[in-house]
Amino acid sequence: MKKNYSIFSIARNALSGHKNWPKMWRSPEPREFYDAIIIGGGGHGLGTAYYLAKEHGLKNIALIEKGWLGGGNTGRNTTIIRSNYLWDDSAHLYEHSLKLWENLSQELNYNVMFSQRGVMNLAHNEHDIKEIKRRVSANNLNGIDSEWLSKEEIQKMVPIMNTDNLRYPVLGASFQPRGGVARHDAIAWGFAMRADEMGVDIIQNCEAKQIRTKNGKIEGVETSKGFIRANKIGVVASGHTGVLAETAGIRLPLQSKPLQALVSEPIKPIINTVVMSSAVHAYVSQSDKGELVIGAGTDSYNSFTQRGGFNIIEETIRAMVELYPVFGKMKMLRQWGGIVDICPDASPIISKCDVEGLFFNCGWGTGGFKATPGSANVFAHTIAKNEPHQINAAFNLDRFASGKLVDEHGAAAVAH
Amino acid sequence: MLVIDCPYCGPRDQSEFSNGGEAHVKRPDGSQDISDREWGEYVFIRSNPKGLFYERWVHSHGCRKWFNCVRDTSTDEILEIYKLDDPQPPLKKFENKIKTPSGEPDVGSGNFTVKK
Repeated sequence: MKKNYSIFSIARNALSGHKNWPKMWRSPEPREFYDAIIIGGGGHGLGTAYYLAKEHGLKNIALIEKGWLGGGNTGRNTTIIRSNYLWDDSAHLYEHSLKLWENLSQELNYNVMFSQRGVMNLAHNEHDIKEIKRRVSANNLNGIDSEWLSKEEIQKMVPIMNTDNLRYPVLGASFQPRGGVARHDAIAWGFAMRADEMGVDIIQNCEAKQIRTKNGKIEGVETSKGFIRANKIGVVASGHTGVLAETAGIRLPLQSKPLQALVSEPIKPIINTVVMSSAVHAYVSQSDKGELVIGAGTDSYNSFTQRGGFNIIEETIRAMVELYPVFGKMKMLRQWGGIVDICPDASPIISKCDVEGLFFNCGWGTGGFKATPGSANVFAHTIAKNEPHQINAAFNLDRFASGKLVDEHGAAAVAH
Repeated sequence: MLVIDCPYCGPRDQSEFSNGGEAHVKRPDGSQDISDREWGEYVFIRSNPKGLFYERWVHSHGCRKWFNCVRDTSTDEILEIYKLDDPQPPLKKFENKIKTPSGEPDVGSGNFTVKK
């Protein structure tokens, strides 16, 4: 049954005290066999299931998730969306995603609250200026909106910013007007609801324990709800992707680390864009509820504890208070960590592998949220056709043998 | 933040140390003869287990000496610290607190999205 939201459905359900809203998706028990199983119920995984059903006509699909939908990094990031990456390959991938974001609320009939309030990347020294101006020019050559802002223009847009009286003064910035933020849960729920409508079995509280292979072909996956056979398996498990790959005998170039974020108490509107600074490591936007959403860094060591070290928070807050002295007296409400899988070149892997029928979408590191619909879209293509879409062809596993890396350390917000 | 027991200086805050990634990684012999893929694996691929992990640390803001340790990446508990020329302790010496490869330990994971 197609569930559509409109002003009439809200009015109708208001009359019955909002007690009769239909469930957004079923909770079926797993069947014995599926054409394709997606492991990981975050935005990338749910989107993959959605596009597999919608664009490639696959009927018999399951998605299994260890916890609840969107409870991993989809629910733990700072929701920043932009496509101002340096290299052509990355620019095409992230721009593909940004274009999908722009129409996603309409396509899913579910409000993902995509707010194109612009994203600013600050320059704090001569090298930053050269690097960021180069990136602005590269973006423009790829048809991506990106411009250089002078210090005065920044001051006009973000008057609370301290640009001069600090150790690393603000000298300028790049600005992508089409960038912005979106609602993290909504992208997971929207994809889940529409995938479910097309017959995808979404199975929560079902942990993948072992990926079984036979003679170099995929057999299925051992789960906490029993063994499920499959022709194809797509692993989209962020921090745990490497662990699952290992059960199939595949070693991936990934390291898992906690990445932290925190939010402040809610305040009146004070900052109307997204401001990021890689040099001093602070980035901030304001949520619709009024909380400042602040991104911190990764720990230096591998870990699967969804927590992170306090020294990382201290460093970020130090930079925040220096850049925005007005935030000095604010209280922080919550802090959390998510386990990100980091690739040596700070670019993702969307690829098939040596095992026939096994596919990986991983290595998004500290910046996967922005790519959610684009990543899901090209990963679904890769799974359905057994070969990459031209957009993700460069993001294969072979690049770690050929050396043809996509080095995006400069454009990644969090230093890897 | 971890407290790390430097084998030369004693327990200090983690902020004095730098992490050196996986320990006991061996550079392949005859690097001119091996395939690009084998070389790529040596350059780019490191173990990334959930649970028991051999890793290196250096006391950057202290004695500046390197040492190894065994840490549980599912809880961050440091189980053993040993010097570079000490023998590698076997993993079976330690209890693995997770029952499945990507499972959660009963305490210390910080992950509340999974029902125990």
